[in-house]
Amino acid sequence: MGELFSQFNILGAFWVTIQLTFFAAIGALVIGTVVAVMRVSPVPILRGFGTSYVNVFRNTPLTVIMVFTSLGLWQTLGLVLADEQSQHFFKDNNFRLAIVALAVYHASFVCESLRSGINTVQPGQAEAARSIGLTFLQNIRYVVLPQAFRGAVTPLGNTLIALIKNTTVASVIGVAEASFVMADMLDARADVLFLIFIIFAIGFVILTLPVGLLISAVSERLAVKR
Amino acid sequence: MNARRTTALVATASIAVLGSTALAACGSDSGSGDGGDGITVGIKFDQPGLGLKEGSKYTGFDVDVATYVAKQMGYDEDQITWKQTPSPQREQMLQAGQVDMIFATYSITDERKQKVDFAGPYFIAGQDLLVRSDDSSITGVDSLKGKKLCSVKGSTSARNVKEDVPGVNLQEYDTYSKCAEALANGAVDALTTDNTILAGYAAQPAYKGKLKVVGKTFSEEIYGVGIKKGDKDRCTKINDALKKMIDDGAWQKAVDANFGPAGFKVDTKVNPPKPGGSC
Repeated sequence: MGELFSQFNILGAFWVTIQLTFFAAIGALVIGTVVAVMRVSPVPILRGFGTSYVNVFRNTPLTVIMVFTSLGLWQTLGLVLADEQSQHFFKDNNFRLAIVALAVYHASFVCESLRSGINTVQPGQAEAARSIGLTFLQNIRYVVLPQAFRGAVTPLGNTLIALIKNTTVASVIGVAEASFVMADMLDARADVLFLIFIIFAIGFVILTLPVGLLISAVSERLAVKR
Repeated sequence: MNARRTTALVATASIAVLGSTALAACGSDSGSGDGGDGITVGIKFDQPGLGLKEGSKYTGFDVDVATYVAKQMGYDEDQITWKQTPSPQREQMLQAGQVDMIFATYSITDERKQKVDFAGPYFIAGQDLLVRSDDSSITGVDSLKGKKLCSVKGSTSARNVKEDVPGVNLQEYDTYSKCAEALANGAVDALTTDNTILAGYAAQPAYKGKLKVVGKTFSEEIYGVGIKKGDKDRCTKINDALKKMIDDGAWQKAVDANFGPAGFKVDTKVNPPKPGGSC
């Protein structure tokens, strides 16, 4: 087992998984919040755009989006996210393309989680805000969203856990995260197949289990008492 | 009645699922017995020129050699059951008796020898480069500096090239087809893996005339026939069959038929190999 850890960079691979999760989570949160606001806005075009966004990206397999960023955005449309002359061009470019794919995909889930959070806010709150003259954006910014986020901690946490595990899809475009190194190890050391599986299964449990526990604790603390 | 039918359905479905996951080490499929009703042969299903499943037909060099060997062992073509053996699962499937022998670009290595036995070898391949036909700047592994290279994640070829050319700019996809596409549209400059596999891609209708194999190998991959550990009897039988195949010209014929269309020259210094080294 120690020999496996010295032969392959397992910890480095999980570090890439964590980095992917971190950046993609921030991206998904930003995009998802914007889309959620669009979906509850009074402007029909924005509402239509938000609905389409969610339906398109939520219903497209992540692998397809991931491969599209590489074959479509990069190879065909020429979108380059890293220095092409650099030695690490593929490494950087793939990593950033993967973040784009993960963020765009999970934003649709973040949006729906947030919308469920918005539904926990009593209509009286928004009505009261409007009656004292707040505009739609002020209403969302100061009254609805702060309460909505507190009500949406659990579904947002579920999305985060799904995101952690979905980072494994990035291996199809060559990002050296956990499942990528696992494929490498399985090929080189098929003699310890099950041990390799167990190492990576435990690795992911170590990443996701604390997130789950934290989410439960935080959601209870933050829940709006009514 | 209805409930019982549902239970039966669920049970059948779960058996089907279990059976299809090759990882289920306990799943002992039929066809592990010697002689009599048939033989199960493991091949690749997705490598043009070596082992390729096209509808219900199987083509490629591995398939031709396996068919010949099986015939010498007393099995007709319709007694052979072809089974897909993806690289990481090959040892497991032999040990569990899911396949009787494996012809799947299976390189003989010391790590694998601890788990399974090898008959053969029946071909000596080597890692090579596939480039665009109009590209003359890449002549071998030494001219890769500053070039963009593509290979498949978790493959021996990818690991080799990382060692041979430190700091190479290597794109790794999950399939060779994606690499071939990236090569054809100019996103990468070369694709590297065994020359046999490259020849298969160069000969595909979509890439014919657009891609070429450089023809300068920088590793030696010795393809053997994987069998269950300790099966000396079968090992000898396979070796005898392979010797006969090379002697009576059927081996050369299979090489010409499968690699010929790509204009791929077999390295005659090491080929045909002498079977019988490992048992």
